[in-house]
Amino acid sequence: MITFDRVSVRYADADVPTLDQVSLQLPEGDLCLVIGATGSGKSTLLGAINGLVPHFTGGTLGGRVVVDGWDTALHRPRDMAEVVGYVGQDPLRGFVTDTVEDEIAYGMEQLGIDPVAMRKRVEETLDLLGIADLRRRPLTELSGGQQQRVAIASVLAAQPRVLVLDEPTSALDPTAAQDVLSAIATLVHEVGLTVVLAEHRLERVMQAADSMIWLPGDGSAVHGNPREVLAAASITPPLAALARAVGWTEVPLSVREARRRALAEGLLPTPPAPPATETAPIVLRATDVEVRFGDVTAVRGVDLELRAGSVKALMGRNGAGKSSLLWALQGALTCAGHIEIAGIDPRGLGAAKARRLVTLVPQTAADLLYLATVGAECDQADRESEAPAGTTAGLLAELGIQLPPDRDPRDLSEGQRLALVLAIQLAAGPRVLLLDEPTRGLDYRSKADLHRIVDRLAARGMAVLISTHDVEFAALASRGTLLMADGELIAEGRTADLLTSSPAYAPQMSKVFAPIPVLTPDDVARGLR
Amino acid sequence: MAPEGTTTLTTLHPWAWWCWAIGIGIAVSGTTNPLLLALIATAMVVVVMLRRSSAPWARSVKAYLLLSLFVIGMRVFFQVLIGSGSGDTVLFALPEIPLPEWAAGIRLGGPVTAEGLVRTLYDALRLAVMLLCIGAANALANPRRALRSVPAALYEASVAVVVALSVAPQLIESAQRVRRARRLRGEPAKGLGMLSTVAMPVLGDAIERSISLAAGMESRGFARTRGLPIRGALPLMLVSVLCSVLGLFLLLSSTWWLLASSLLVAGLLGTAWGFHRAGRALRVTAHRPDSWGWRETLVGVSGIGAAVLVLALGWLDPSGGALHPSTDPLQWPDLTVAMLVVTALTLAPLLLTRARALQTVASVRHDTRVRSLRPQVQQELASR
Repeated sequence: MITFDRVSVRYADADVPTLDQVSLQLPEGDLCLVIGATGSGKSTLLGAINGLVPHFTGGTLGGRVVVDGWDTALHRPRDMAEVVGYVGQDPLRGFVTDTVEDEIAYGMEQLGIDPVAMRKRVEETLDLLGIADLRRRPLTELSGGQQQRVAIASVLAAQPRVLVLDEPTSALDPTAAQDVLSAIATLVHEVGLTVVLAEHRLERVMQAADSMIWLPGDGSAVHGNPREVLAAASITPPLAALARAVGWTEVPLSVREARRRALAEGLLPTPPAPPATETAPIVLRATDVEVRFGDVTAVRGVDLELRAGSVKALMGRNGAGKSSLLWALQGALTCAGHIEIAGIDPRGLGAAKARRLVTLVPQTAADLLYLATVGAECDQADRESEAPAGTTAGLLAELGIQLPPDRDPRDLSEGQRLALVLAIQLAAGPRVLLLDEPTRGLDYRSKADLHRIVDRLAARGMAVLISTHDVEFAALASRGTLLMADGELIAEGRTADLLTSSPAYAPQMSKVFAPIPVLTPDDVARGLR
Repeated sequence: MAPEGTTTLTTLHPWAWWCWAIGIGIAVSGTTNPLLLALIATAMVVVVMLRRSSAPWARSVKAYLLLSLFVIGMRVFFQVLIGSGSGDTVLFALPEIPLPEWAAGIRLGGPVTAEGLVRTLYDALRLAVMLLCIGAANALANPRRALRSVPAALYEASVAVVVALSVAPQLIESAQRVRRARRLRGEPAKGLGMLSTVAMPVLGDAIERSISLAAGMESRGFARTRGLPIRGALPLMLVSVLCSVLGLFLLLSSTWWLLASSLLVAGLLGTAWGFHRAGRALRVTAHRPDSWGWRETLVGVSGIGAAVLVLALGWLDPSGGALHPSTDPLQWPDLTVAMLVVTALTLAPLLLTRARALQTVASVRHDTRVRSLRPQVQQELASR
């Protein structure tokens, strides 16, 4: 269905080609997963399938990409629209119209499809993805999972043979991600579409994959059976890490597979010893916090304590009030209730003083950056925090991230940008660090870096609160977990107890070895020793 | 959720609303009778309040009301300040400021007469109600749907306008987000410095958004059916437009009305045909095109009818009469039966359409509402 014949892509300002002599063939009806670290060329590979690379992005294409008999060198992306449906990273940004039905019809209008046939296809597509009840809703009012399904529906309506998706679940909470992935699985199995999917978080998708393309980052591509590709790849989802820890040559693709094998081999890791009760002093104490926006109550009656040197995860659905709580704790949002950090209320201090007490890295960390180079940002941060010159640059080095000072912050990868913003915020020397969705868009290596950084900060006595959708990261990085729903704190406790008790939030290791409470492949490795 | 098929009663073709509003606007331009103007304005506001949707553009009528009041206020203010002192009924006198020779003919201050004030008030009221007509059309007709019904030849231009319409709110949203984030760095600068630090990420964001939108449109086939050659459409259009302009010019400035009107008609027909030919080259189809039924026709006719009625009254009675009540000497304006008919025509859409069923669709996504409400809280915070 899709043939890459010695394909090379080189962008104008790059020294090395992003893709170098890549040849592969995807048969019809495959679900193919594209994996690789940030910047390894996943988006380039996907864009090459419908001709956005190089027609739209620029750059030079060598070799041939043929999809269903259409050569992308000869056809523009707009002509390929009939064959390939492409859904970009942020569906909301790609929407052209303002209601669900119009958006689904848009592609067909462009292809000049007869209105009568169009009506019928709109209905079919709405039903296929289970969004018929949303048809007249404005697109901006939908939740992330719904937006993603509408985006898929809107390209499907043109009845393409191939569907290309660039990180469809990276911004979604576990349940919404599951919705989108099951919709994709339906399309593969019931409609017979060929699907190519790029993803950072593999744990949920990899069981459905028929084949896998790994981009090591040097321009080559490894295509093959997911088990074998994963065993070789430097990308390590929890099951791959487990396979490595216990010495399996083939990576199990699903929890079921891993569990059967573990039972058959009689693997029984001893659970990690429960951590000693914390005795460190309480740094942050909040009681009865309430945030209201007009008639909407975003946070209601939250009581919270953070101890020095502790790392806690804050979890819950999209829109459960996690971000609002973090902003309120920082003092940047008006809220009712009592907040005290080291005996002082940050709300009365003013922005400059409050950030010396408690600092927040927001969801879109790039909003904090506005200067042209990394060096200039660091100097500016030193002045803002009234810290001696070089403090921020020193912190950056201490975090283990090397960034040349003349780089433009906009050219950094997600992970590097997060590290830079973190260093800027830490320059003020706060007692409490709040991180809002830091793992969004991070690959496994950057996540491991972040884990190391957070651990180091906690060891220095900083209290850290991380809001995240990523259960595996929460299991890895945090000792305690807070669960929010509809603005209320519904559960609080040790991460090990809280996550293992709920099916939606359980990390894969705990599912594999249930009822033994192990959370991460590291726990397993240690427990088997 | 409204069931299928009931929408025809509640949504009218956008151009029907525009036709109605423009008709009323023309009618308004033909009179300075404050009673008639007040009746039309009230009728207009009633129609808007009962028939508008809950969409964002429907709230624009408040802005137009404020603008109208502002226009009246400004006109009265300047009349008092530099008005000419026609009439005998002096209400009060401002101290007059002597101006140099070269400013002869302009007077600052001086006596303020009731006649001058009333005349200005009538005039300002007329302008204000005309503004209100445009506001009403804006509030009642979905701008995006109105743009969808333009001739196919203007398709690309209308897409550009639609995209621009969506960019403005996005820019505001990202500016607010960045400003909020800037607080986290301790508000390094205020005023102009703040502006420059916010502008950079906001513009970067806007460019990125536009690129993703363009990629989305490209990969979904936008502009795909364009590029077929249209032979002769361009010269035809040029000649036709020239014809219409010349015809209009002759019609207004000379007495050869037969030649002038035939030129105008020929020009308009030629333009319409040119549009049709150019439009055929694009094979874009429309999903659920807005249909034009008898309701739309009647709403449009009610507007045009009001215009014709007022213009005819003015033509029958060139001396002014009830449409232009005398201000010197001051006279209480009359209200005639014809004027009540004009008001009734303004209210006609109420009978022809049905009120929108109250749709209370709760947002599933809590945080989108929260996001839109956050700026208010920010303002409260800033004002503390």
